[in-house]
Amino acid sequence: MDNRIPAVKMRNITKRFGSVVANDKCWLDVYRGEILALLGENGSGKTTLMNMLSGIYFPDEGTIAIDGKEVVIASPKDAFDLGIGMIHQHYKLVDVFTAAENIVLGLPGKLDMRTASAKIREICGKYGFEVDPDMKIYDMSVSQKQTVEIVKVLYRGADILILDEPTAVLTPQETDRLFAVLRNMRDDGKAIVIITHKMHEVEDLSDRVAVLRKGQFTGDMLTKNTNAQEMTNMMVGRPVALNINRTEPEDPKPRIQVRDLTVRDMEGTLKLDHVSFTACSGEILGIAGISGCGQKELLEAIAGLQPVETGDISYVESDGSEESLIGKDPLDIKKMGVALSFVPEDRLGMGLVGSMDLGDNVMLRSYSEGNSVFTDRKKSYKVARGIVEYFDVVTPSVETPVRRLSGGNVQKVLVGREIVNAPKVLLTAYATRGLDINSSYQIYETISEQKRKGVAVIYVGEDLDVLVELCDRILVLCGGRVSGVVDGRKTNKREIGAMMTRLGGEGRG
Amino acid sequence: MDKRKEPLIHITKRGAVAPGRAWAIRVGAIIAALLVCAVVTTLTTGINPFAVFGAIFEGAFGTNRKIWMLLQNMAILLCVSLAVTPAFKMRCWNLGAEGQVLIGGLATASCMILLRDALPGWLLIAVMVISAILAGAVWAGIPALFKAKFNTNETLFTLMMNYVATQLVAYFVILWEVPKGAGKIGIINQNTQIGWLPQIGSSKYLLNILVVAVITGLMFVYLRYSKHGYEISVVGESERTARYIGIKVEKVIIRTMLLSGAICGVAGLLLVGGTDHTITTSIAGGRGFTAVMVSWLAKFNPLMMILTSFLLVLLERGAGEISTNFGLNRSFSDILTGIILFFIIGSEFFIQYKVNFRKTAKEEK
Amino acid sequence: MFDVVAFIPRAVMQGIPLMLGCTGETLTEKSGNLNLGTAGVMYVGGICGVIGAFLYENGAGASKMNGFLAIAIPLVCCLLGSLLMGLLYCFLTVSLRANQNVTGLALTTFGVGFGNFFGGSLIKLTGSEVASLALSSTSNYYRASLPFASDLGWFGKIFLSYGFLAYLAVVIALVSSYFLKRTRTGLQLRAVGENPATADAAGINVNRYKYRATCIGSMVAGLGGLYYVMDYANGVWSNDAFGDRGWLAIALVIFTIWRPNVGVLASILFGGLYILYLFIPSSNFAIKELYKMLPYVVTIIVLVLTSMKKKRENQPPASLGLAYFREER
Repeated sequence: MDNRIPAVKMRNITKRFGSVVANDKCWLDVYRGEILALLGENGSGKTTLMNMLSGIYFPDEGTIAIDGKEVVIASPKDAFDLGIGMIHQHYKLVDVFTAAENIVLGLPGKLDMRTASAKIREICGKYGFEVDPDMKIYDMSVSQKQTVEIVKVLYRGADILILDEPTAVLTPQETDRLFAVLRNMRDDGKAIVIITHKMHEVEDLSDRVAVLRKGQFTGDMLTKNTNAQEMTNMMVGRPVALNINRTEPEDPKPRIQVRDLTVRDMEGTLKLDHVSFTACSGEILGIAGISGCGQKELLEAIAGLQPVETGDISYVESDGSEESLIGKDPLDIKKMGVALSFVPEDRLGMGLVGSMDLGDNVMLRSYSEGNSVFTDRKKSYKVARGIVEYFDVVTPSVETPVRRLSGGNVQKVLVGREIVNAPKVLLTAYATRGLDINSSYQIYETISEQKRKGVAVIYVGEDLDVLVELCDRILVLCGGRVSGVVDGRKTNKREIGAMMTRLGGEGRG
Repeated sequence: MDKRKEPLIHITKRGAVAPGRAWAIRVGAIIAALLVCAVVTTLTTGINPFAVFGAIFEGAFGTNRKIWMLLQNMAILLCVSLAVTPAFKMRCWNLGAEGQVLIGGLATASCMILLRDALPGWLLIAVMVISAILAGAVWAGIPALFKAKFNTNETLFTLMMNYVATQLVAYFVILWEVPKGAGKIGIINQNTQIGWLPQIGSSKYLLNILVVAVITGLMFVYLRYSKHGYEISVVGESERTARYIGIKVEKVIIRTMLLSGAICGVAGLLLVGGTDHTITTSIAGGRGFTAVMVSWLAKFNPLMMILTSFLLVLLERGAGEISTNFGLNRSFSDILTGIILFFIIGSEFFIQYKVNFRKTAKEEK
Repeated sequence: MFDVVAFIPRAVMQGIPLMLGCTGETLTEKSGNLNLGTAGVMYVGGICGVIGAFLYENGAGASKMNGFLAIAIPLVCCLLGSLLMGLLYCFLTVSLRANQNVTGLALTTFGVGFGNFFGGSLIKLTGSEVASLALSSTSNYYRASLPFASDLGWFGKIFLSYGFLAYLAVVIALVSSYFLKRTRTGLQLRAVGENPATADAAGINVNRYKYRATCIGSMVAGLGGLYYVMDYANGVWSNDAFGDRGWLAIALVIFTIWRPNVGVLASILFGGLYILYLFIPSSNFAIKELYKMLPYVVTIIVLVLTSMKKKRENQPPASLGLAYFREER
């Protein structure tokens, strides 16, 4: 079958960012009528490689051939002209424009919104999407935005589609629908590349797999001829044990008591609707839910960063006495031993300051301690060195701005900083977002270790497989309300996935 | 024929840049700028550019008095630059220094005029200092308040406040004009010298210079070592991070802008109480805007600002000499300043980015 | 007695330079470039027109002037001068990704200096007693209104008494509005200002759009300077006379929430506020100084009000003031 001419043939592609080599002599073949899963840990250069195909980056070395002809892709426009369309992980949409305006953006010809809308409806009909062409992007849900992105690419007649981690923000049900559409497109003769690091998706969807490791191409094969363990080994370079050591909670006592909590965001949208639960010491309480259904607000409310409309959050001492956290200063809450480690989508947007070095970033948590008007830099550099050592953070020194670190290393600094202060309550959200497998398991182990020390851990996660393996109890949120609490040892991700969308008819599943 | 042209120029971001290399690029830019200035001078005026540069130095250092004037102007410009720096570091574009200086000066002048018979000299000076600082702080505090509460664009708000201040001063100048109809106030308390800041040593400028030197040192320490300074950096780099770790961003914005305005008020005080002993709508003399460039060129480093303010004052002082020596218009120095600034601004690009030209190596092999 | 028929034409004439400056700056800002150098650009536009007119008046002699050339030469000079300023700004902020605020202020320093230097030099050349330069012949062409305008009483005075640049300013504002809202290029320009990464990924040449919008915007703003000298000031250039109108134009952009069609009336309102003090029957000169504050105070109020309302469509272009680099990470 390899006598076919590949739709895309990339050879010896090298791309450097400063001193970091993102891609090193990479190869890749993509064929029509086929879904290729591009697999690799974060930082292995998948996205960079695809960005060069879609004209966002320009390769330092190497050649690209489309349908056997060598081409130069110097801009996204060149990519479009060659029929290449990419759906980025962070959607490239203009918020104040309508769906249709976004879709026709960059096309030649006279602006005629009516014909454009008609054509959009036609594409939607053909593949089974739902898009309202006149809806503003800022009114849309994540999955709607993704649909707009896909329609945008199809509208341009792209027949080589690249999707960068398209399922990261979708529910299992939404994912199923997306996969159905992708299969339709494959059968339509399109060449499809999906970037992912979720093994089960690869097995579900793809016809072929290509694996990258540390910027290098390590091999490709037919999906049916391989298995998860083999692919993981290729990604990581050595065999990895894929299990989490989950101990029974020891002597769990209530630590955080949330009663009837109602929270609205800045725009006045209801984010949490009468939420009640208890988090216990020595236990990991998982929180599941589709993105944007209140997890962030919940953690922020506990940490004192989010104004509460009604309800109460209390910190329960070991002797059973309670103290309400409502109306308390975030700094005071922190001093009571509540640590929040929130890893945002853009790792550096919150929690860390990109241009500051490791020491100064560690100091973010502790700078206000003491009565001096001056900061104690010496101490934070010492702490930073400790974190670097403990988590194997790859950095030239603790005086390096964190912006220059790779994503995984940035995250280690972030999580390490929260744990270093020996908290009594640890709130983490998306702690392993974008981390490679090794680092992820290192983080899971660290979190479990905190639990064994008697810390009450509240863990917000995206990967249901991990939630089910890591957590003792899992609280499922749906549209800001609690749709149930399940035992992590007795449930499965299908059950949780269903609970995430089922509640009072609000589910979009 | 299918092979399209590779882009001729391809730009990439540099990693860390050695400070030595960065400064070499900046100095190179200034030299290039001076060369261009020389060409422009010859083309537009027909005057030998070296004579012009000579005149600039003559104007700046020619006599003792000129050196004192240079230092005085530098002190005031540096003072205003120091004032705007904490705000800039916080990414809060305080373009209202002009107005804050004016208001500080107005407060000083009004104390000198209204309280000259009511208070003893030392107490009057104390009141002047306080009211100048307060007035400057309030003038910066108003936009800061709205910035903090509603995220109102501070660049434009502070800009507008400049003109409100100008008109306010214009109003009082007419109200207090001496003599009636003169349209200006004239030297305040010329005979009694009440409310004049004390003179240290032989020069009336020494006090100003010393005060600004102290502020420079304090500002350096404040920004680099204090908790406030750290908060300013965090808020400037990432407001969301600041909120996340519990910094009250609104408080920091207001506090920093108050500080910014207060120091501008001091500049107004030094101008009115220390040297001019009068007030006009133009006492700030555009320094509020020049200060933006002084601060930015120095990468918001107070010590570096000594250098950058010196450079700009040198050009300005030299301009006066040019206009008398060659019969040129004073504005010529603005053109020269503009050219030099363009070069320095442009040079930052070559410090942060690397330009790669299309590789021709393949063909050579 | 407040004389409306006398007041409105004065307000309009005062408002036209602001209208042109505002339209130009809006186009610029829609591409994500905050050009604080507009004041400098308008000065350069004005002085280049003056230089052109001066050369032509002295070259041809007042009596032998050709109407078309008398208008075209200063016009072309003005457009060229302001175009170069726009190019300079773009080169620094777009190609070299320099800080927009600092570049803008430097551009203002340079532009005002340029205007005053050449203005001053020309004044010296004429050996005039007063510190100004009069180009009345050229100005007459610029100020020519319809021949029957003066026969139409108050109607003619209020609507038809202006030179052609005033009507051109209104047309430019309305066309710009239509362009931004209804055309594909306008849509793409707005996308560049809102989210350059998205525009780039959609195949729009971000830098080219920024260059074009800023250069055209500068030329429009430059016309404001030309109108001021040739029409409003009757062809008299004196240094610093243009004053702070450039900043007022930037204020207007906010006042009109980035809508050039709103700018048509808003600039006349501003013009009215600017000269209101002349029409207030009071002999108290001090109070008149306070009246001059009005346009700024009104702008501040609008600035505060729009920021309080937080309506998505009324906010500044999202990437205003930021440089764009595709390979940023």
